[in-house]
Amino acid sequence: MNIVVCIKQVPDSAQIRVHPVTNTIMRQGVPTIINPYDLFSLEAALALRDMTGGTVTVLTMGPPMAEESLRKALGYGADRAVLLTDRFFAGSDTLATSYALSTAIAKLAEEAPIDMVFCGKQTIDGDTAQVGPGIACRLGLNQLTYVTAVDGLDAAAREITVQRRSEGGVQVLRTKLPVMVTMLEGSASIRRGTLPDLLRAARAPITVWNAAAAGIEDVQRCGLRGSPTVVKKVFAPKPRAEKAKLIDVKGRRDGEIAADTLAALFAALPKLEGDLARQAVQA
Amino acid sequence: MTEHFDAIVVGAGPSGNAAAYCLAKAGLSVLQIERGEYAGSKNVQGAILYADALERIIPDFREDAPLERHIVEQRFWMLDDQGHMGGHYRSDSFNEEKPNRYTIIRAQFDRWFSAKVREAGALVVYETTVTSLIRDNHGKVCGVRTDREDGDVYADVVIMADGVNALVASRSGLKTEVRPEHVALAVKEMHFLPEDVIQSRFNIGEEEGVVIEAMGSVSVGMVGTAFLYTNRESIAVGIGCLVSDFAEAQVRPSFLLDRFKAHPSIRPLLAGSEVKEYAAHLIPEGGLKAVPQLYGDGWMIVGDAAQFVNAAHREGSNLAMTSGRLAAETVIEAKTRNQPLTARTLAAYKAALEKSFVLKDLHKYRRLPDVLHGNKHFFTEYPRLFSQAAQTMLRVDGVDKRTKEKQVRKAFQASRRVTGLIGDVFNIARAWR
Repeated sequence: MNIVVCIKQVPDSAQIRVHPVTNTIMRQGVPTIINPYDLFSLEAALALRDMTGGTVTVLTMGPPMAEESLRKALGYGADRAVLLTDRFFAGSDTLATSYALSTAIAKLAEEAPIDMVFCGKQTIDGDTAQVGPGIACRLGLNQLTYVTAVDGLDAAAREITVQRRSEGGVQVLRTKLPVMVTMLEGSASIRRGTLPDLLRAARAPITVWNAAAAGIEDVQRCGLRGSPTVVKKVFAPKPRAEKAKLIDVKGRRDGEIAADTLAALFAALPKLEGDLARQAVQA
Repeated sequence: MTEHFDAIVVGAGPSGNAAAYCLAKAGLSVLQIERGEYAGSKNVQGAILYADALERIIPDFREDAPLERHIVEQRFWMLDDQGHMGGHYRSDSFNEEKPNRYTIIRAQFDRWFSAKVREAGALVVYETTVTSLIRDNHGKVCGVRTDREDGDVYADVVIMADGVNALVASRSGLKTEVRPEHVALAVKEMHFLPEDVIQSRFNIGEEEGVVIEAMGSVSVGMVGTAFLYTNRESIAVGIGCLVSDFAEAQVRPSFLLDRFKAHPSIRPLLAGSEVKEYAAHLIPEGGLKAVPQLYGDGWMIVGDAAQFVNAAHREGSNLAMTSGRLAAETVIEAKTRNQPLTARTLAAYKAALEKSFVLKDLHKYRRLPDVLHGNKHFFTEYPRLFSQAAQTMLRVDGVDKRTKEKQVRKAFQASRRVTGLIGDVFNIARAWR
């Protein structure tokens, strides 16, 4: 099986700061990480490779520093890394990104056919969940989104079976390869690579492609020019004005306190009591 | 699979990076192993960068290193509860083409340094912890064991740059564990403020920075000092005291820091800032006495792991980088001469340290830790007495100046007696000699 895993280097959202004066996101000095969902897809891909043989290629589009993420992915055990980097890619939205990535995957397929493409469900900086399906559409791959686990792979029949999270349940889906899978959290966590893997990763050459090398003929479809999405405004949400209320408990029984608190809550939020009652009946 | 390198460096702080960089630049095969997710992710310092030590390793570092502000003004304050007395030195001569001291943010700086190490040709692996040393049949150190699968790796020499706790050396019996009276626990916060606010508040230009070192009532009787450094868009503020004192006084470090921040001389400097980071770190302050055996068959210790900190002058990272460089030069020299990296060859490392400011300065201040530890009144009585003296002399209240001078003298005598005062002068002079 030849598998491509698309990853993205994102700012660690746990450590992001909004500039107090300009209200813009301060990226400088904010540590970058591999998008967490991408690590679940990388682990799924590595596990499938370990089972059936073949190769795992990690692919990312980003600035030259995204090489760090690729090296890290190699350290987890990926076989090859490709970095798409070009000033033409700057400012890409999901349409332009999926175009660039799918073109690069098609280019990789010229060397050896690609059986599966894995992506994270979404990135934590864009939160759109559009790039995976975009790649699938452009390459004509079957698509399995919101996957929590790969149940099985029948290499002879070229069929994959997965669990997909859906509202109120789990769908078990089977489809033919080639396929594009986006992974959710909750599947197996990324493995800890061996020291030899890590040494290999530190030494490995990273394949760097600019637009032309990736086989992109029309750079008008890349970057800002190829992106119809316009960000109109970025702002930090204001902290809520309401303050927490202290409940006086001295000399009162638990039940009394609870009943009073509920009564005060229902009085403040008239719809809440009905909603809760309805949910209780449904449950 | 077993791999063999000329040298393994444990840790990617200033000393480890200096060693790995110099070794790789000289064309040796180097493996550097860092436990953090990236270099700097676990490293904490005030932080001041002393340019000279780095310049001797990377002469043109100013071109791309992430530097915050170069320091043009140094303030030394003795605090009582109400205010401070002290000295400032500010000079336009610090606005030179190649400034001498900078504030830096270690998470960024160490990452930059680590990239330089990789560019120089060293192999650097992160998120990997060295658990122990591997020895050959003759007892010579010949590699390290890591916490990863298939994690043994071999080298002619292992340079331990794993920081103040020196866990690798301690676990291997090459060094005793650090003692509470030999380390200070420092805590610091990063307070963010707009660039122009910092500049107007400290009366400095765009690239200029100020350092405040303070001692006195703020350490509530313990041996320790506090600091405030200006970064580009933030202020690092912190305080550190000996771990043994914290244990004895049963005081929380955060309590001290809160007190320092609330001090009338400090509070206005931090007004309106937003705290975004909180960090703590141990600082080796045991001086020469705490320095362990520095080399042996196939191993050397550098930086904080070797307890190389000049506490009196708040220097550490420069001693670290210099020791890393000297360790590397020792290996390079031996390799050129085809000598085995035994204790006999590596003794040149200690000789080089003795010729440099690293051991010279530690030797100069060898008595200081004991003097300060045994004379806590340097941190309590004197700041109070000097502040009181200034107060007495400056307040105009109809009392004549001779009487005021008498009051000041009496206050000193009441607190320390003449013999005590003479003893203190003698002790400090001896410790400083």
